[in-house]
Amino acid sequence: MSTATTNETQDLAPVRTDSLAALLIAKERPPRPSALSASLTFGWRAILKIKHVPEQLFDVTAFPIMMVLMYTYLFGGALAGSPKEYIQFLLPGILVMSVVMITMYTGVSVNTDIEKGVFDRFRSLPIWRPATMVGYLLGDALRYTIASVVMLTVGMILGYRPDGGVPGVVAGIALLIVFSFAFSWVWTMFGLLLRTEKSVMGVSMMVIFPLTFLSNVFVDPKTMPGWLQAFVNNSPVTHLASAVRGLMAGDWPAAEVAWSLGWSGLFVLIFGPVTMRLYNRK
Amino acid sequence: MSQHTAGLAIETAGLVKTFGETRAVDGVDLAVPTGTVYGVLGPNGAGKTTTVKMLATLLRPDGGQAHVFGHDVVREADAVRGLVSLTGQYASVDEDLTGAENLVLLARLLGHAKKAARERAAQLLEAFGLTDAASKQVKHYSGGMRRRIDIAASILSTPDLLFLDEPTTGLDPRSRNQVWDIVRAVVAQGTTVLLTTQYLDEADQLASRIAVIDHGKVIAEGTKGELKASVGAGSVHLRLRDAEQRPQAAEVLSRVLDAQVQHDPDPLALTARLAPSSGGTAAEQAARALSELVGTGITVDNFSLGQPSLDEVFLALTGHDTQADDAVKNEVAA
Repeated sequence: MSTATTNETQDLAPVRTDSLAALLIAKERPPRPSALSASLTFGWRAILKIKHVPEQLFDVTAFPIMMVLMYTYLFGGALAGSPKEYIQFLLPGILVMSVVMITMYTGVSVNTDIEKGVFDRFRSLPIWRPATMVGYLLGDALRYTIASVVMLTVGMILGYRPDGGVPGVVAGIALLIVFSFAFSWVWTMFGLLLRTEKSVMGVSMMVIFPLTFLSNVFVDPKTMPGWLQAFVNNSPVTHLASAVRGLMAGDWPAAEVAWSLGWSGLFVLIFGPVTMRLYNRK
Repeated sequence: MSQHTAGLAIETAGLVKTFGETRAVDGVDLAVPTGTVYGVLGPNGAGKTTTVKMLATLLRPDGGQAHVFGHDVVREADAVRGLVSLTGQYASVDEDLTGAENLVLLARLLGHAKKAARERAAQLLEAFGLTDAASKQVKHYSGGMRRRIDIAASILSTPDLLFLDEPTTGLDPRSRNQVWDIVRAVVAQGTTVLLTTQYLDEADQLASRIAVIDHGKVIAEGTKGELKASVGAGSVHLRLRDAEQRPQAAEVLSRVLDAQVQHDPDPLALTARLAPSSGGTAAEQAARALSELVGTGITVDNFSLGQPSLDEVFLALTGHDTQADDAVKNEVAA
């Protein structure tokens, strides 16, 4: 890894062992950081990574724009008479679908990162164990927020007018981000469980496509066959899409919000511990 | 846990780790005294890194026991993590971040407040001669700079025990010497260091005790002096001008040095392994041999005295050299 670096090394300033010794003289060790502080620090790491590699924002900018444009004009005329009519129904749903789809990249980044030496260092630190993973998800929450704002902007340009106003829209996005944060624990699990980036991607697709398409994002489930309705009406994505749609329309869909939060809690409770078990065993 | 011996930083008994069919670590016993550099010497795939990972709580042992300052590495993993720091074989810092960001990040994770973390990072960058590279991403660092930032990251809070896993593999000689200086400075302040290495001279330079490990087992352990004595004082290598004089030269060497003489594949070359105690230091013996050769009228083009190499240590200790079945083991080692 480090051949042909001689020239650079020649130019390096020498190591100052005297000042090094002064630094090492047993300083009092600070108290351990709290779980929250450690998680936020890892979140800061995720943000620094975005700062250094801004290209990784492609999937939360270009992809969502494409989704809104494509489905609005593809289905708009057929399903609601015109794209402008359809987008009133579609936008909250496509927002949910796109952001939930984007969560899947969490697994890929965990998988590529875990092979690097820095993970060994994180794992040998005396900190709250899930902090590393929570940090990922906090960084991702920022990405989801960016995606939501981008999509909402495109939607507004195309004629979407939410009756819920700013509070409704903010509440809808907040619920979506909470759900995505919780749902991402599925991906951290796959990221740690599967051996290659490609297999993570493959499995994620298998999960995400049926889960997002078999929902009420595009059409009312009433037109579907009974067995499919049974699945669609109970899918967490359907509950979430209904809740976000309701909130953005200025309603208070209490039952759907409760369902969405319930599913969120369930995801964390099941996949959080599984992820941590894998993380500790890795 | 109850049989912990005072004054030991690391104590392992029958430590085992298996990966599938391979016993990567196969019953390792170590006793590392506090405040010293302890060298673990062995070829690629001998089980060095696996041992370190178990001691640093990154891998769960499949058998045996390991204590770090009296804490069980499995049951009291968190306590162990509070005392140790790890520098892996490959830069264990985030390559996408800058040097300064890495140090601030880790300082924050060790509990330093924001301002203190930034100060500590700046001081370490200064001491390690990395101030100019502080705002460069680590992926653009040279090998020597990576090792420095890596070690700096390990001493953000002065650890009681520092694991250095092959800290100089792949470095040029100058960077190697600088890493050695850093290690000496760290130990001088009371930190215990467990150093794994493939190089005998590195262990020789830094370690006070050495364990030689091969195929997951400790095959020799002792002070440097003890270890070398078991191998021999070193070897005399010579190259003649005339291949026909080789048998005669071999005769002279074996007579004067009372040593085993080996005919190298090169028809002009000879190697004599010095016996541990055949009178005088290795240098004195070599000088006697050289003057005797010259006196006999043998033309010597090149003459050198070498320390026992790792190959020779291995040959002496195991009867096989370091290259044997390395290819197979390398795949498992990772």
